[in-house]
Amino acid sequence: MKALKNFMDKISPTFHEGGKLAKLQSVYDGMETFLFTPNTTSRSGVHIHDANDMKRTMSTVIVALIPCLLFGMYNVGLQHYLALGTAEHTGWFTMWLFGLLAMLPVIIVSYVVGLGIEFISAQIHHKEIQEGYLVTGLLIPLIVPINTPLWMTAIAVAFAVIFAKEVFGGTGMNIFNVALVARAFLFFSYPSKMSGDLAFVKTSSALGFGGGTVSDAFSGATPLGQVAANVGDTLQPLHDVAGNAIGTMDAFLGTIAGSPGETSMVCILIGAFILLLTGVASWRVMGSVFAGGLVMGFIAHACATPTYPASMLDPLAQLCYGGFAFAAVFMATDPVTGARTHTGQYIYGFLIGVIAILIRVYNGGYPEGAMLAVLLMNAFAPLIDHCVVSANINRRLKRASRTAKE
Amino acid sequence: MSTFKLKKGYNLNLQGGITTSTVATAPAPRQCAVVPDDFYGVIPRLDKKAGETVAAGEPLYHDKTHEAIKVVSPVSGVVKAVNRGDRRKIESIVIECDGSTGVIRHDPGADAKATLLESGLWAMMRQRPYDIVPNPDVVPRDIFVTCFDSAPLAPSLTTVLGDKQQYINKGVEVLSSLTSGKVYMGCRPDEVIEAPGAETNTFEGPHPAGNVGVQINNVKPVNKGETVWALDVVTLARIGELFTTGTVSFDTLVAVDGSEVVTPQYVKATMGCPVADLVAGNIADDNGKTKRYISGNVLTGTQVDAATGFLRAPYRQLTVIPEVDHPDEFMGWASLSPKKFSIYRDFTGWLLGRNKKAVKMDARIQGGERAIVMSGEYDRMLPMDIYAEFLIKAIIAFDIDKMEQLGIYEVAPEDFALAEYADTSKLELQRIVREGLDKMRKEVE
Repeated sequence: MKALKNFMDKISPTFHEGGKLAKLQSVYDGMETFLFTPNTTSRSGVHIHDANDMKRTMSTVIVALIPCLLFGMYNVGLQHYLALGTAEHTGWFTMWLFGLLAMLPVIIVSYVVGLGIEFISAQIHHKEIQEGYLVTGLLIPLIVPINTPLWMTAIAVAFAVIFAKEVFGGTGMNIFNVALVARAFLFFSYPSKMSGDLAFVKTSSALGFGGGTVSDAFSGATPLGQVAANVGDTLQPLHDVAGNAIGTMDAFLGTIAGSPGETSMVCILIGAFILLLTGVASWRVMGSVFAGGLVMGFIAHACATPTYPASMLDPLAQLCYGGFAFAAVFMATDPVTGARTHTGQYIYGFLIGVIAILIRVYNGGYPEGAMLAVLLMNAFAPLIDHCVVSANINRRLKRASRTAKE
Repeated sequence: MSTFKLKKGYNLNLQGGITTSTVATAPAPRQCAVVPDDFYGVIPRLDKKAGETVAAGEPLYHDKTHEAIKVVSPVSGVVKAVNRGDRRKIESIVIECDGSTGVIRHDPGADAKATLLESGLWAMMRQRPYDIVPNPDVVPRDIFVTCFDSAPLAPSLTTVLGDKQQYINKGVEVLSSLTSGKVYMGCRPDEVIEAPGAETNTFEGPHPAGNVGVQINNVKPVNKGETVWALDVVTLARIGELFTTGTVSFDTLVAVDGSEVVTPQYVKATMGCPVADLVAGNIADDNGKTKRYISGNVLTGTQVDAATGFLRAPYRQLTVIPEVDHPDEFMGWASLSPKKFSIYRDFTGWLLGRNKKAVKMDARIQGGERAIVMSGEYDRMLPMDIYAEFLIKAIIAFDIDKMEQLGIYEVAPEDFALAEYADTSKLELQRIVREGLDKMRKEVE
């Protein structure tokens, strides 16, 4: 490590004022603080600081995302080989490798575009590079359909980072969840590529790996897509991409079609466990999203009608299908865009759960509502906090007028 | 008497606590210093110039607006230097001691307020709002006395105090005559101090339970337009002594501790004495690693120079910690080592119960300054009915109405010290609060 430190010290002048590469100062500083905890000591205020910093917090979220990421890769491969009809003769590692090759370009595009903009912005404002995008950059590949063309992803990332984050002042200042803005941008700009039968299952080869002719039984509709298209008084049995029947258990394990990171409830729960154990995410938000989803699921199921076929799904299945659980664990818990007071967090989370299921069930246009629910509540989070804080303010005013009377 | 159970906050268990009961004595100081920054809110107008002689207890300077507020010399001798910084701000006044023990006498029977102002003890009190030396024109609603210091490695105030119950009684009697309300004392459940005429409350819970601001907020919060005074029990006893014997005691007991002190111990010393006198021969020598000398505790204290620095108010603690204990730590943010101390659970120490052990911490910030991202971090560290994070944001935005509504009159920078320690975004909360209070005062007055 000594040699690396010496090397970094040696190249340091090149990157600072007067050096040849002074334009890359923020990149250099970012690298240096990444590699070595800075020796800077406190100048004012407290003399000791906790070891916890933003890098640690953000990397904890990355760790929590890894199960979803690894399983997502496997599942992309699984769906691919199911579509080709050769899943039975294909090992899990081949499937995972296919998924890795399919997802790698998306991850790279997401990070290169997003971090590139962050670096430029940090350089312009002479600020340190912020860690926020490390998480966003991984969330995006997990929530966009695997067949999204890379150029679309690149545009969506650029749009989201610039217009949802940098214009507001960067990490910590944004109003809307950046990853979801990217997703929403894709969803509304290129609707044909974002839903339907062709979005969620990669049937072509990934970087020359896999590929082949699709089997006759193939249908790429996600379970929620199938539910939305349901006709008749009862819910038709759901099937996977090869036409085999599936149930809630498959959704729980995650071997169904969908965005890479969102299918497996098991992996999402592992991530939730990590986030809650380390205290990085708020259990108040996470718990109340699930509570809200369950409550709305029960209500919808109790008033089930063939007009809204999704109301015929039972409440627990509602939580397992689609992006609901992923949104509850990784999107709603974003502290920057969510409610920040304890009371507010209960309300905020509960309403996300309710609205997600509400959109899913009663809005024919969108088979999935979690994304829109989180974005909508992002907009209302400051209002919720305002009301909660107002209670404190009123208490203070009341106290003052009471003592004034005495 | 009521008991308040405070849940928020945290007791940082640092290495270098005092275990011995022996009390060392510092040599008679050759120089002492008074630092105007210690008496916040007083704008100094010098009464003594360099070269003039001064007796112990004689005023060195007075306040520009309220001329009655005096800050006095703790020793007798000659004013050696008046050190000035930017814009001729007085940074310190150094007095060359002449070794005599005579102290200015006051008439204990005279007007309490005038005597307090003249004796210099007035300047050792604080008022809420604004956390400044009290304005003598305002009669306080109540007076709050904290009887314990809950900060890391802080001295036990009952030890610093010694056996001075009769002075405490007298002090309460004097202070009661200066307020329209009551004198409240805040104690730990195991060190209850009571005095006739004062209401004693006990506070259970971690730091900052000993902060007088926290106690005020829980007992009887400060409303807009109200003023309360705040002081510690040691100052209370000094006030009692003044009105009993007619003299102010400038002796103090200093807790000299921290991981870099060989034998952490109490040292008998004089207010404003040189730091070097307190630690002579008692500092660990590990190949000349830089150390940080803090007059006060690690959260609210001031860094002082080991060779030329002086003990600062409230004159009762000196902490010595390493400056950089672990230079060029490789990817410290990714560390899985249980030795890395954090109060958060995203480090591994808590899994092995390491967080209960005493820990050695250095002065590194351990991260870069960021916008506020994590929610609820400040609130967890502040046992007050205040939305700390919203207040900080209002101060940063300098939204006067919001600051007032969210309770800026009730807080002092020290109340945010623990939150500043715990802040993932590494913001300088105490500085922010201080600036907010200053701007607010300017705006209101």
